[in-house]
Amino acid sequence: MTQTLERPTKPEVERPEARVTLSRRTRLRFIPYFLILPALIVLGVVLLWPIGQMLWISLHDYGLHQLRGQDAQWNDFGHYAYVLTDDRFWSVFRNTIIVCLSMVVLTMILGTLVGILMHKLPRWASTALGLGLMLAWATPVISAAIVYRWLFDTRYGLVNTLLNSLPNWLVGSGWNEFNWFNSPSTLFPILIITVVWQSFPFVAISVLAGLKSIPHELYEAARIDGAGGWRSFWSLTFPMLRPLFALLLILQVIWDFRIFTQLFILGGGVSNREISLIPTYIFQLGFASTPPDYGMGSAIAVIMTVLVLVISAYYLRTMIRQEEAR
Amino acid sequence: MNNVHRLRRSLGKAGLFAAATAVFLFAVFPVYWVLATALRPTGEIFTREPTVFPREITFEHFERVLSGVLIPGTSFWSFLTNSLIVTVGSVAFTALLALLAAIAVARFRFRLRSAFIIMLLVIQMVPIEALIISLFINFFHLGNTLDVELVGNLSGVFVIYVAVALPITILMIRNFVSAVPRQLEEAAAIDGAGGWTIFWRIMMPLVAPGLAAASIFAFITAWNEFLVAFTFLQNNTGAYTLPISLQYYFGAVSIEWGSIMAASTLLTVPVMVFFLFVQRRMVSGLTMGAVKG
Repeated sequence: MTQTLERPTKPEVERPEARVTLSRRTRLRFIPYFLILPALIVLGVVLLWPIGQMLWISLHDYGLHQLRGQDAQWNDFGHYAYVLTDDRFWSVFRNTIIVCLSMVVLTMILGTLVGILMHKLPRWASTALGLGLMLAWATPVISAAIVYRWLFDTRYGLVNTLLNSLPNWLVGSGWNEFNWFNSPSTLFPILIITVVWQSFPFVAISVLAGLKSIPHELYEAARIDGAGGWRSFWSLTFPMLRPLFALLLILQVIWDFRIFTQLFILGGGVSNREISLIPTYIFQLGFASTPPDYGMGSAIAVIMTVLVLVISAYYLRTMIRQEEAR
Repeated sequence: MNNVHRLRRSLGKAGLFAAATAVFLFAVFPVYWVLATALRPTGEIFTREPTVFPREITFEHFERVLSGVLIPGTSFWSFLTNSLIVTVGSVAFTALLALLAAIAVARFRFRLRSAFIIMLLVIQMVPIEALIISLFINFFHLGNTLDVELVGNLSGVFVIYVAVALPITILMIRNFVSAVPRQLEEAAAIDGAGGWTIFWRIMMPLVAPGLAAASIFAFITAWNEFLVAFTFLQNNTGAYTLPISLQYYFGAVSIEWGSIMAASTLLTVPVMVFFLFVQRRMVSGLTMGAVKG
């Protein structure tokens, strides 16, 4: 792998000043290493070493005593064996998959539709809509979570007030005291809305950029051949933008898999164990349990990391190939 | 025939605008609601008959937030200072380290070059949510060894923000350094310019826009960051950054929505301003190469 990027060096021409150039060359050889050294040190201490430690801790009994300096006991993959047969882990895992996939599917569909819509709108309208999308996109994650919690607030939230004002035969009654946040079946949908609201603008604007790169004549040709909107999307737009869609899909899966802050705010902390997803579950085991179980938390963290790397394999492969092509 | 055609077209057009309006409202309404709640008097917030537009505008919530009566013993200004120290500081530090590494990667061919790049690509995929436990333990032990506090104050958070931002920043700046034509540098060298002059007079002006974009990107990420700050600073309200100070408001006996929304607005404004500058680059940066043309 390392060799592929090296360019063949030109054969050295014999020159009188060869000795001088040689010492200059050796000096030059070390320059790049000096330049990357500071970054390498920071990455090593803050990311590479903890990644190793995460693996190590996940293979040992590791709690508060070990944090304070006691020796950790090797436990024969005990955490992994426990986790993989633990009902609680599997229920968290299943919830994570369901919630994550719902977010990804909704984001992709909505984002693509809005991208197409923007492509069809006149320029001024497209720009105005783009500005609106940017507001949602740029909102800090924590502010987004907080405003959705406020919108769905039990007593004074706008949503409950609206539902309450609608006729009972349509939506039922009792909305003025309805708590959305203490059961998975109502909290997760709100979480999904919150996340989709923030992520579809990115998809929409990326798709719009993609659509602009497709020559207009192709669509005219398709129309003359009698293709409608649906048909020209699937046989023209989609194939042309396949790499873009693949990339957006992977990025969305990775981002949505990592959701923490929104759930933390909507769920009012991590104390309600019914409503955790993998990231909050790791946090619970490490920082919200008495006593904390760093070993178990790390085992789940390792599983999560492996999953993310597997999902991003295609993305990484594309990026690495681009590197090699440079 | 022609009439039917024209009717269908104008109906289609009306449909497009209706859909656009709906999407616009969906995107904008929550942002509007933050502002509308922050600006209306408490009586209008805690009511069963809310109105879309505030009947009366007040800045009382902003005053409450800025005067710091919400979390006793602290002030908004200390949260803001903490946030600024940790974001501006880490961004400046990241930019410096990333620029050095980017020059190495763009301008030199060395043995570990591609290993280094691949390491950057892989490491930026490792989720910080998974790493949080070992980060905490690592910094706890490191602090004990070095006899400094790294957990419970800003220094640990600072270093983590630098490390998290480094890979993407190096990769982004690298593209700008590669784009500087070598002939320019050679021409300057022939005219007698030294390495330092070439760096400041030729390289920097051309790399600066990339450096700015990458820095803004890192700024937004650090400014919004929640998990690391919360894990490391939980027990020390004096070191809180703005995002985790927002979370703290929920601990109060009754939630003061007006003040939370005011604080939330203050957190959001800088991000929105910076976002305007880098929005275009964010799309192209994240989907590098996937869009043809």
